[in-house]
Amino acid sequence: MLLLTRQILKAGICTEPAPAPSDDWRADGERIQDEILRLLGRALAIRQVDAGSCNGCELEIHALNNPYYNLEGRGIKFVASPRHADLLLVTGPVARNMKIAVERAYEATPAPKLVVAVGDCGCTGGIFGESYASCGRVANVIPVDVAVPGCPPPPLDILRGILTAVTRSTR
Amino acid sequence: MRLSETGIDFRPLAGATRAGVAQVSAGQWSAVAQAFARAGDRLVALWGADRRDRNGAFVVHAAYAASDGLACVSLPVVGEPYEYPDLSKYYPAANRMQRAVFDLLGVRARGADDERPWLRHGAWPADFFPLRRDADGARTFAIEQERYPFVTVAGDGVHEIPVGPIHAGIIEPGHFRFSIVGEKVLRLEERLGYVHKGIEKRFEGMAVVEGARLAGRVSGDSTVAYAWAYAMAAEAATGCAIPPRACWLRALLLERERVANHLGDLGALGNDAALAFGLAQFSRLREQWLRVNAEIFGHRLLMDRIVPGGVAVDPDGAALARLRQQCGEIEQEARVLRAIYDEHAGLQDRFQTTGIVTTELARRLGLCGLAARASGIARDLRVDSPCKPYDELAVAVASAKTGDVAARVAVRFDELFESLRLIAAIAERLPAGEVRAELPCLAADGFGLGWIEGWRGDVLVALECDADGRVRRCHCHDPSWQNWPLLEHAVIGNIVPDFPLINKSFNLSYSGQDL
Repeated sequence: MLLLTRQILKAGICTEPAPAPSDDWRADGERIQDEILRLLGRALAIRQVDAGSCNGCELEIHALNNPYYNLEGRGIKFVASPRHADLLLVTGPVARNMKIAVERAYEATPAPKLVVAVGDCGCTGGIFGESYASCGRVANVIPVDVAVPGCPPPPLDILRGILTAVTRSTR
Repeated sequence: MRLSETGIDFRPLAGATRAGVAQVSAGQWSAVAQAFARAGDRLVALWGADRRDRNGAFVVHAAYAASDGLACVSLPVVGEPYEYPDLSKYYPAANRMQRAVFDLLGVRARGADDERPWLRHGAWPADFFPLRRDADGARTFAIEQERYPFVTVAGDGVHEIPVGPIHAGIIEPGHFRFSIVGEKVLRLEERLGYVHKGIEKRFEGMAVVEGARLAGRVSGDSTVAYAWAYAMAAEAATGCAIPPRACWLRALLLERERVANHLGDLGALGNDAALAFGLAQFSRLREQWLRVNAEIFGHRLLMDRIVPGGVAVDPDGAALARLRQQCGEIEQEARVLRAIYDEHAGLQDRFQTTGIVTTELARRLGLCGLAARASGIARDLRVDSPCKPYDELAVAVASAKTGDVAARVAVRFDELFESLRLIAAIAERLPAGEVRAELPCLAADGFGLGWIEGWRGDVLVALECDADGRVRRCHCHDPSWQNWPLLEHAVIGNIVPDFPLINKSFNLSYSGQDL
C-alpha cells in the first residue's frame, strides 16, 4: 500500500496543461464542453462499435482514456449499451457480417443519435474497400455526422471528431 | 521431429525462415500429420489455394513446427468432389481452419465431424467461394440472418447467456454463448468471423510491395509482426537479400511493439480485477512509449515502417540514445508497478487459479505464443528458430507453469523487461549501412514463407506471386486461431464475472482470425 501511494504521488498528474489560446482545437474543446452541457444537460455518453476494424483504431480510442487526455474530465464517457449513448463511435469498414448488428445498434441509440466514423476505413472503406465481405465506409450503412481520417487517427484527432459532432448538432 | 525423419523429401525453401516444402499424396498428408502430432509438434497453419489455372488443381497446405524449421506440405486436390483428409482428429485446432477453407474455397475436409460454416455467416450464399480465382470479389449478395447451431447444454437449472457480437467495451466483435449453472460456466462456445472483411481476396492481384500495407492491417496490434512476416515471405519469393541494418531495425520495431502491447495489457488486467490504479499507471507508460514511436519512427503504432526489402526508417545516433534512455525510464517504473501488483492481495486473489490451462491441455490443443509460455511450454521462435538478428541476441524465454491469469501476467512482465533489454542492446550494436534493397523481378511464379514471433505468438505469412510482381495468393495466419479454442476450456468452472479477466489475459485478435 505504501509503494502504491508513493507511486501515485510520484507519477503526479500528467493530464496535459490548460489549453493555450493559440491552440485552436483545445480552445474549442473548452467551449464545446459547455455546449455538451447545454445540449444534453450532462456528460456525453459514447458507445464504441467496431464494425470491422483491424483493431488499430480501438487501440487509439483506448488511449483517449489514459491520463494524458483526461476524457472523463471533459465530461465524456464510454458506456456499455447503445441505449445509454448519445453518440456512436464507429470504426472499420462495415464488415457485411456486422451490418445487421450495426444497424440494430443505431436503432437502439436514442436522440440525438450522433455518429462519428473513425479512421480511413470508416471514412472511405480504406484499404479493405467494398467487396463480397465489406460494405465499405460507415456512411454506406448508417448516417454519419463526422468522419475522422487517419490510419489510425491519433487520440487528439478522435477527440476533435467527437467534439465537432457535438458542436454541429447544437447548431 | 526433424524434417528428415518424416520420410518425405522436403525441398529447402530460400529465405530467412528455415523451412522445407513438399508435395504430398493424400496418404502422406495424413501420415505426416499423425507423425508430427505423435511427436508433439504443433500445426502452425492450414490454408488452401486455387491453382487450377496453373496445374488444374486446388491445393491445401499445412505447416508444422518441426524441430529444425517449418515443414510445409501441399496436397493437390483434383476433380470433384473437392476433398482432402481431415486433420482435426490429430489436431483439434484444424477444425476452424478447415471450416474456413471450405467457406472461402469450397474444398472440404473429408471425415471431419464439424462442418458448420465458420467465416460465412449470412453475407454470401453457400455456393459462392470467394477465394476461387474465377469468383468476382466485388460481387455482393443480400444479407441473411443466419441460424447457427450452437451446442446446447441440457439439465436442471442450466441456462444460456448470449454475448455479442457487439461487446460492452472498446473491443472487437464476436459472439460468446455461455451455458451456465448459477454463476458457474459449464460451457463456452465462441462464434467468430464477424469482422471478416475479405482480406485474402483483396490481396489477389496487388503489387507485391503494396501488399505489405494490407498485411500490416490484418491485426493492428501486431502490425509490425505481420509486416515483417510479409516482407520476409516477399523477399524469400523474389530472392531479395536485405541489408543487415534493416534486419536489426526490424527487431527493434518488433520489440517496441511487444513492449507497447504488454504495457497496455498489464494495465487492462489490473483494471479488470478492479485495480484502476494499474490501468492509470500502465496506460500512462504506454502513452509515453507511443509518443516516442511517433517522434522517432513517425507512427504511434509503427504501421508501414517495415517494407519489402528493408525498413522505411533510419534513426540517427541521437534517436538511438533517446530509445536507450526510455528503456531505462520505463524499466524503473515497471519494476515498481510489478512489486505493487505482486504484493496486492486483492489483485492476486483474482489472478491466481483463475482461467487455468494445464500444460497437458495446452500441448494437446496446440496453444502457442505468450499463453503457451504461461502454461509451461517455453517455446519462442526468437530462440527455437531465430532469424537475424535474434541469433546474436540470446533472448531469454519467459515461462511460467501454473497456466492461470497470474502466469500470463508474470510472463508479460518478464517479456517486458527482456524486450527493454533487447531494444537497448539493438540500439547499442546496430550495424551501419543501407536500410533498404530493391525487390528483384521474377521470371516465373514465386513462393515464400515468413514466420515471426509477434507479441501474441507466431505469425505466419505464405505468399505466392507471379512474374508480373503481383500477389496470386497471400495467407496471413494469426496465433489466435490456435488460442481461441483454449479460452473455451480456460473458463470452464470459473464464474461468469471472471470471464472478462480471463479473456483479457489471452487478449486474442478477432480481426487476425476473421481475416
